[in-house]
Amino acid sequence: MNRHRSTAAILSLLVMGLGQLYNRQFIKGLIMLAVEAAALMYFIPNLGRAIWGVVTLGEKTQGLEKIGKISVRVEGDHSIFLLISGLITLILFLLFVFIYVMNIRDAYLNGKQRDAGVAPASFRKTWAYVTDRNFPHLLLTLPALGVLFLTIMPIIFMIMLAFTNYASPDHIPPAKLVDWVGFQTFANLLTLKTWSHTFVGVFTWTIVWAVIATVTTYFGGLLVALLIEQKGIRFKKLWRTLFIIPYAIPQLISLLVMRNLFNGQFGPINQYLKFFGMGKLPWLTDPFWAKVTVIIVNMWIGIPVSMVLILGVLTAIPKDLYEAADVDGATGIQKFRIITMPFILFSTAPILITQFAGNMNNFNVIFLLTNGDPVKGDYQYAGSTDLLVTWLYKLTLNNSQFNMASAIGIIIFLIVASFSIYNYRRSRSFKEEDMIQ
Amino acid sequence: MGRKTANIVRLTLSYVVLIFIAVCAIYPALWVLLSSLRPGTALFSDSLIPDTFTIVHYKELFTNPSFQYGVWYVNTLKIATLTMIFSTILVTLSMYALSRFRFRGRKMTLTIMLVLGMFPGFMSMIAIFIFLLQLNLLDTHAALIIVYSAGAVLGGFVVKGFYDTIPRSLDEAARIDGATHLQVFVKIMLPLSRPMLTYVALTTFAGSWVDFIFARLVLRSKDNWTLAVGMWDLVSNYQNSNFTLFAAGAVLIAIPITLLFIFLQRFLVQGLMSGASKG
Repeated sequence: MNRHRSTAAILSLLVMGLGQLYNRQFIKGLIMLAVEAAALMYFIPNLGRAIWGVVTLGEKTQGLEKIGKISVRVEGDHSIFLLISGLITLILFLLFVFIYVMNIRDAYLNGKQRDAGVAPASFRKTWAYVTDRNFPHLLLTLPALGVLFLTIMPIIFMIMLAFTNYASPDHIPPAKLVDWVGFQTFANLLTLKTWSHTFVGVFTWTIVWAVIATVTTYFGGLLVALLIEQKGIRFKKLWRTLFIIPYAIPQLISLLVMRNLFNGQFGPINQYLKFFGMGKLPWLTDPFWAKVTVIIVNMWIGIPVSMVLILGVLTAIPKDLYEAADVDGATGIQKFRIITMPFILFSTAPILITQFAGNMNNFNVIFLLTNGDPVKGDYQYAGSTDLLVTWLYKLTLNNSQFNMASAIGIIIFLIVASFSIYNYRRSRSFKEEDMIQ
Repeated sequence: MGRKTANIVRLTLSYVVLIFIAVCAIYPALWVLLSSLRPGTALFSDSLIPDTFTIVHYKELFTNPSFQYGVWYVNTLKIATLTMIFSTILVTLSMYALSRFRFRGRKMTLTIMLVLGMFPGFMSMIAIFIFLLQLNLLDTHAALIIVYSAGAVLGGFVVKGFYDTIPRSLDEAARIDGATHLQVFVKIMLPLSRPMLTYVALTTFAGSWVDFIFARLVLRSKDNWTLAVGMWDLVSNYQNSNFTLFAAGAVLIAIPITLLFIFLQRFLVQGLMSGASKG
């Protein structure tokens, strides 16, 4: 009785679309045949070279070769291009394998229907089915392809780089080849004195920065929100709008402006200090003061965000809690400590973690304000205010230390991701998503 | 001290602090605005308010051939508008699917999206750079638009959160009446999601309006630059000799986006909260 299903499946296994043709689904079968033909035309010349490229990263360096009496420059293998085009081919191949498996499954299921005596669906019917049952998949196809090639592929590529020796000066194609080195880069990062010293220093500052930045903006915002919401304060809306302005100005602009404001020589801040009879401060040129400056500027940018957030939470506290407290004769401070603060902490805790993770990667503030400077002599390509993430940027774009940058990127990612996943899994909405309905 | 005096002291102190914070909040913006109206080119000035006002720097931005500010403005406007259109479509469609339908691999997709969104962006820049090089897309605006739009999908959790709150009974009723999914989406969901669409459109617009990290990597020739790249260049090269010009340029970039954000204020809380807890 299972004649059709196995015949169709085997035919589809041999050649994509044959099983569909056998099932008399001609349009679908022809489309699949065309897909297979196109795939074969692409993969036969490319797949072998792709695998060779990814495995060996090229074998021939660019160089001069003597042909007869003259030397001719011969193009060598470009390891990085080989790696990335190989990666793209392999991803496409996986996609093709997936489609192939679906094709066999489809032939099998339709064959099964025929065995049961049901005529196979017409193309129109199939189309209707796809747009109905598979509607979400249909909607997600285009975004998924975009994410696959513009996010996932690059990430895989960068992870792979961490296991190569792709770095200046000895392994930059096309003049030189790149090789796989396993965990050597990570080992260097942790054991070579110059690298590990910089790594520990930058890592410590990243954590210190993330903690201070998160705490200052959070409590700053809390303070401002409470100030505005006090009983008897007028023009609440005006204050709110005024305080939101720092957040509203694009960071690119406000940070570049701040760089001028804090300019040690001509900046207005030092002018005012002088006016009040105080000396000039080396805001951006001294390692310690540069750190202070980035924290102050970050407060300026970050407090409005926390403020808006906490204002939102404050309005959500049930009023009868306070009324009950009033009946019991609680003082203002007691009410704050027992009702307001726990309520705010409870509803903003997940955001605190997100903000901490965000601050670890706060590229803009550091890069636009100090560019990681002032330079630190015993650091490898980093300055005193560099975070891991700006160090990574410098290593990549200014110093061509691609393998080290990738290794650091992986470390940053592991830290941030574990925070966020923990946070996300714990959040109510993930567990109880359907309860809103 | 009586209760009334204590109250007055408290309020007075509060107002003093509020005014102090307000000054701190507005000062940089005011300073740039006033600097842009000041004659001369220097960063240094004796007073905050200039003696005479001039709009010569604004004129210079558009007339001085070495800046091409006008060209950059048009470029940025073009990139931001197209990014806005494509991102809004992509984000809306994908988040609608993830919110409304239950299918295999859905939770997996959500988790993957969350994790991908946390990857340091420039870690992938080299790969994208080579990718664009191979596709012959370097130094084109299309490259920026494609990458921004594809990237926007990962930040669409707010939209998913929004769709989660629309009662399921609405589309179920329509389905019973025989509407297709597409009809439900176009006729019921889209009109309902107008505020959310506005939010996504405006934030993606603002995002591509000010991004400079990626723009700087991709856009090589000066007449292809966006405002962000141009302003960055102005600061790193001409800052001390031409500060007032930079200030004028900053004002022209900041004003539209600032107004936009003040207008968007009420969405802000929603966005922040759902970014963290709705997931």
